[in-house]
Amino acid sequence: MRQLRGNTSMEREEVADRNNREGMMGWLNPRRYGWERVSYWLQRLTGVGLLAYFIAHIYETSQITGGPALWEAFLELTQTTLGHIILIVVIGMCVFHSANGIRLIFAHGGKGLGKPGRPDYPYDAVSLNYRQKSGIWIALILALVAMLYGASVLFGGE
Amino acid sequence: MTEQLIEKIETMEKKHEKQKHQREKEYPKSSVTLKIYRANRRAGESPHYDRIEVPVQHWTTVLDALLYAKAYKDQSIGIRYSCRMASCGSCGMKINGIPRLACYTKVSELQGREITVEPLSNFPHIRDLVTDFSQFFAHHHNVEPYIQNDNADMQEKNKLTEFIQTPEDVDKYLQFSYCIKCGLCYSACPTVATDTQFPGPQALSQAYRYFIDSRDTAPKERLNLVDNRHGIWRCHFAGSCSSVCPKGVDPALGIQLLRGHLLGYSKNEKKAAELKERQKKDD
Repeated sequence: MRQLRGNTSMEREEVADRNNREGMMGWLNPRRYGWERVSYWLQRLTGVGLLAYFIAHIYETSQITGGPALWEAFLELTQTTLGHIILIVVIGMCVFHSANGIRLIFAHGGKGLGKPGRPDYPYDAVSLNYRQKSGIWIALILALVAMLYGASVLFGGE
Repeated sequence: MTEQLIEKIETMEKKHEKQKHQREKEYPKSSVTLKIYRANRRAGESPHYDRIEVPVQHWTTVLDALLYAKAYKDQSIGIRYSCRMASCGSCGMKINGIPRLACYTKVSELQGREITVEPLSNFPHIRDLVTDFSQFFAHHHNVEPYIQNDNADMQEKNKLTEFIQTPEDVDKYLQFSYCIKCGLCYSACPTVATDTQFPGPQALSQAYRYFIDSRDTAPKERLNLVDNRHGIWRCHFAGSCSSVCPKGVDPALGIQLLRGHLLGYSKNEKKAAELKERQKKDD
């Protein structure tokens, strides 16, 4: 048998404070809600990744102020296997973020989402249509193709 | 001829037998285990899961299963429900990790013999599967979910005003008015998960519902209500709200269409009509 304590104001406050928000964990599981959620997750992830690359890039180019020798030594880092892999990932992030971003520019203004109407069972959402899904897939395919091309240039050739 | 007929009947019988076998394979659940989230901090009870086995049929919903567990296994399970037919929006909960209405989710459509039921995320938790909706309703209230019309005389009852709408006018907002405020979209939204001030998909889609209604004469004020740092710009079109909506409201569509008006992508028909009328008067 459960024992309930009295409803004091302090206890009520404690109950109200429990927010039960998913927080960042809500972002980390993109598989639950379909392709649009995966695209949201990838757009965020690639955005953060590109920002990190941008900062690293600024730092890298600033090395030239230390003289050509330092600059050359730093540039050598990008010529390693790990450097190549990072650059390939950056290419993929850049292409996906741009292509998916173009889709989102239109979608955020209601373009390509369809019109409101009279929903019928099974109540499929108009906005989650195949035009949007195709946009996500195209962005993913373009990113993959760009990464493969980048890999062939960086690892192949010489 | 007769042989052919017998062969045909035999093939059909075999097919039926195969289908029956497949059906049995698809619905082998004569019972399922409910893994129920239990917590009552007010009573000093920390969160844990209770496993209760309940008998099920093809038509058993998760709510039926929960009510069976409550009636025959553990009367202390805290659960909120009312209509049992997806009309009231009371029995929203996370079923196998996804926000759904318990009365609208059949056990047979879920995979596995164990069903995990948890309270909706992003809502303050009260007890077991029951959450506090006050913040959610406050956001709904903040977008002023009622028609504002300067020409409607609310004081004199004898002077009732009629506002005629075409079916096309109605179609623009009808689907958004089907919202039952179950909170599933609010629970699925990744922005709500991190921003308490974000109105959420439900409130924003209701803002659009009244914005686009031809009887409403306060579109500018409505846009001002959502045009702020924690407002409509925080929506990133993850689409999760629309994928979990049990009534086809498609909140993501409403939000993007409303943002289209803020961005100037969509023409403001009310403003155009107003200008036309003014021009007519001038002529």
